[in-house]
Amino acid sequence: MKDGSLKHAIILGVFCLGFGILLALTDLVTASAIVDRAMEDRLNSLSQVIPANLHDNNPVKDALTMKNAEGKEITVYRALKEGKVTGVAYEVQGSGYGGPIKVMMGLDIEGRILGARVTAHKETPGLGDKIDEKKGDWILRFTGLSLGNPPIEKWKVKKDGGQFDQFAGATITPRGVVGAIRGGMEFYAANKTQMMEVK
Amino acid sequence: MATEYSRIVKDGLWDNNGVLCMLLGMCPTMAMTTSATNGLGMGLATAAVMAASNLLVAIFRNRITQEVRIPVYILIVASMVTLVDLTMNAWMHELYKVLGLFIALIVSNCLPLARLESFASKEPVMNSLLDGLFMGIGFTIALTAIGAVREIIGQGTLFADAALLLGPAFKFMEMRILPQDTGVLVMILPPGGFLVTGLLVVVKRMIDVSAGKGIQMAGAHSV
Repeated sequence: MKDGSLKHAIILGVFCLGFGILLALTDLVTASAIVDRAMEDRLNSLSQVIPANLHDNNPVKDALTMKNAEGKEITVYRALKEGKVTGVAYEVQGSGYGGPIKVMMGLDIEGRILGARVTAHKETPGLGDKIDEKKGDWILRFTGLSLGNPPIEKWKVKKDGGQFDQFAGATITPRGVVGAIRGGMEFYAANKTQMMEVK
Repeated sequence: MATEYSRIVKDGLWDNNGVLCMLLGMCPTMAMTTSATNGLGMGLATAAVMAASNLLVAIFRNRITQEVRIPVYILIVASMVTLVDLTMNAWMHELYKVLGLFIALIVSNCLPLARLESFASKEPVMNSLLDGLFMGIGFTIALTAIGAVREIIGQGTLFADAALLLGPAFKFMEMRILPQDTGVLVMILPPGGFLVTGLLVVVKRMIDVSAGKGIQMAGAHSV
């Protein structure tokens, strides 16, 4: 080996080592704070779909991991009061115009919707983004509904013969959200017994 | 010495502005300028990374050999970005929720790398720190301006959600310029980024021409 290339290798190695140590130290200092923040974020979004008076536990700690009909893993957060399950919440996914739409939904034990919120989407600003609670109250109409109310064949946007309004210029977006929520309720119906079990 | 410093400051802010003159860092420029607030946040994060990496490279400039300089520069920029990313996630979480996705994009911004290669690797520490800082501030100004134009035309607001980025004290910055639902949507969409950036480049050059400076070619006295 030429002397020169050994020198370069050592210089590069020393820099890598130095910055590696720096990053490791930063990670060490920030790791626990980052975990706390992630937990707060989860609780925050859960508090919008499960009323606080329904539980006395930390739903993130009493969560289950289950598989939906397509075999995808879903984390089911459970609200417990005095040791009994009073509600569940989980994130479902529908396909929108600009990509997947994620919806966090909470259900009581009868399967009625306590609340639903879009947590992530890439819909067109000004058209499809009215599904976001910050941009409109469209998403609030789901509260109180269940699989039988309205009947299952009406769980569609109006254009498909159902009862939910689409917006001017955007049908695909609300169709995705309605479909995701309908799927979420079917997931509850199929897995209710397992969700109710408290160890 | 003082004239040298003021030269560096003016270069960064206007004469050799990273976006409006050198047309570098177009990826975050296009992606993040859907609102003035987003542009401002992205600009500030980039300025912090640029100042830190320029400083580090200037300190080690005599140790870094020509052959391995590029990997070392990338290592330094990537480390600074990760540092900013972790720190913001832990202690400035509200801001992180707005900018988080885009912090990592700073690595792919060629402006920091260009300043390391063309400036910090040759100049003394103080000059390099100033250059990184003011190139970063120039970048911030350009991004905020592009974001402001796109936001006003596209959405009718200016500095929406500024309180989320800068704290509740800055609520006064949030303005509605045009009535609700009158926005021209295309300005928020990707084509709007190109249109507004192009327009602002033209405006800058017209100002330079009318000031008798003549048109400065992209990066004429840097790379």
